Amino acid sequence: MARTLLDKVWEAHTVRVLPSGQTQLLIGLHLIHEVTTPQAFQMLKELKLKVRMPERTFGTLDHIIPTADQTRPYADPEAEEMAQHMYRNMKEFGLPLFDMASGKQGIVHVIGPELGLSQPGMTIACGDSHTSTHGAVGAIAFGIGTTQVRDVLATQCLAMAKPKLRQVRVEGVLARGVYAKDVILAIINQLGVKGGVGYAYEYAGPVIERMTMEERLTVCNMSIEGGARCGYVNPDATTIEYLRGRPYAPQSAAFDRATAWWKSVATEPGAKFDDVARIDGAAIEPVVTWGINPGMSVGVSQKIPAPESAPETERPTFREALAHMGFQAGQPIKGARIDVAFVGSCTNGRLSDLRAAAEVAKKGKVAKHVRALIVPGSQQVAKAAEAEGLNEIFLAAGFQWRKAGCSMCLGMNDDKLQGREMSASSSNRNFIGRQGSPTGRTLLMSPAMVAAAAITGVVTDVREILK
Amino acid sequence: MSATDFKRRQVSGRGIPVAGNDIDTDRIIPARFLKAVTFEGMGEHAFEDAKKQNPEHPFNQKVYQGASVLVVGQNFGCGSSREHAPQALMRWGIRAIIGGSFGEIFFGNCVMLGIPCLRASQEDIEWLQREIGRAPQTPVTVDVEKQECVSATASSRRRSRTARGISWWGGRGIRRRSCSRLAPRSKRRRGSCRTSRGGESPPIDFLF
Repeated sequence: MARTLLDKVWEAHTVRVLPSGQTQLLIGLHLIHEVTTPQAFQMLKELKLKVRMPERTFGTLDHIIPTADQTRPYADPEAEEMAQHMYRNMKEFGLPLFDMASGKQGIVHVIGPELGLSQPGMTIACGDSHTSTHGAVGAIAFGIGTTQVRDVLATQCLAMAKPKLRQVRVEGVLARGVYAKDVILAIINQLGVKGGVGYAYEYAGPVIERMTMEERLTVCNMSIEGGARCGYVNPDATTIEYLRGRPYAPQSAAFDRATAWWKSVATEPGAKFDDVARIDGAAIEPVVTWGINPGMSVGVSQKIPAPESAPETERPTFREALAHMGFQAGQPIKGARIDVAFVGSCTNGRLSDLRAAAEVAKKGKVAKHVRALIVPGSQQVAKAAEAEGLNEIFLAAGFQWRKAGCSMCLGMNDDKLQGREMSASSSNRNFIGRQGSPTGRTLLMSPAMVAAAAITGVVTDVREILK
Repeated sequence: MSATDFKRRQVSGRGIPVAGNDIDTDRIIPARFLKAVTFEGMGEHAFEDAKKQNPEHPFNQKVYQGASVLVVGQNFGCGSSREHAPQALMRWGIRAIIGGSFGEIFFGNCVMLGIPCLRASQEDIEWLQREIGRAPQTPVTVDVEKQECVSATASSRRRSRTARGISWWGGRGIRRRSCSRLAPRSKRRRGSCRTSRGGESPPIDFLF
């Protein structure tokens, strides 16, 4: 019988079936960062356990680090303490840390693929929900909590239930000004923020097949926002060319051997899925969220929906969203005034994202009332962008050019919204309080749309600027 | 010792209803409280901003202090993987959660901490939330093995059938067993766990 990538990767990593019915699953790659690991290392120390497979464990600093002044000690003593714990733990357990001095530091989901650590056919775990990102290379990658981080450190295994599989097919051709971010926001809007609970998503269809690896990373990144703990794209020629020559990918003859294995894990023709969803790619326009979860979105030409248009059980959340955002049902999203523009995050902090934003930034200057930040996803992204002169374009247009980190996606450093500020953001979550202010407001959109909002000061259809 | 000795079979205590769907883990514990190297003191920050913004929030109400069975709507705990969320709830006093559905990572974290999360129908959840609101002092019993939840207040002692009651393993149980199972493999070459694929020689020069 034809098998899916999920079947093959799951089976290849099954150590045994536990009495609970869950699988004891071997984890091929464990990525760690400073926020969700100190307690896990502490538990290891108390239990006098070592890291089981240090050669499969890699760390970085991303969530808490400042993106303006990175002089140590950090101005925020709590951030400094977390960084010190990370350094100490990585040293004590003999694990590699991609810190500022390495030149490879960055958001964990940007550096994994960038360094060639994330490879097809792998199982990948990290104490961060956006681990689904790595599925773009054809891996089964999912977020875990701190106690599970402890278990992976100690055993390189997790107890997991195999998810069901939904193929999400994006048909047709995307219009100009429509990006991978719009595709995943449209998918979440259509299938719902809980539609993926219990499922892994296999993204397929002509739109996905034509996407670059960076675009696929953006799509898989937000699987969790649709409720799916992991999402993947079958490895193909795009995947293999992306990985060729990356520092942690196999080299020369080993690369050719690896390629054979990578190709072999792709879903076979005729494989059965628990569900198939079809999305018309041609119908997608630039998407903007108007509410308090990533499923609450509209096309930029559309109006904010009324609670009555939603199923009855969803109406209280709709009303809460309108109240929090200060929007009226029936109001067009276009023209909504913003205070802050943020391009960055594990969703949209890669070189192609910065290029798309820069293309728009060239067309104007940041509006007087807007604070605009460009935060590269990694040191390597920053370096590549600077080599192309993107930083100059941004600075000339009045954007701030920052250092790599998670930054205003979740506001664990100084980059926060103030009060009820409205943010146009290329990040992944518009939850209440997400960007650092309990009353702050977030509109999710593509990096090009963020840049367009930055220069006009209001939500704008980027296609009008790119004309 | 059998692994099943780690099962948590029953939780009994007063209930606390938190209405609404899609309550994310940022809402349960805002990110600024993640800047800590231990989980200590996390309980006092459970729903911190929601409590400040809404004096009527159940976690603010005196009558619900000391409750241990949390009753929630759909997709509770969606979003961030932060274990700080179930840690905060647990340290506040929550020992079991009944809901329509749960964010999967949150659910997995609760399993690791021994907090049963059981699913019930929308109708049953609304009933249970109403019953608890009407008589907050009356205990609610969650029976994980029978997969049911009983509120003593209901005249008919209506039972809410819950689903998805899997075994509640303590993390320690899994880890110890995993270690002993994996020990012999350490002598094999890297990548040898692919033996389950059968027949083919495993690649040894790259990660999988």
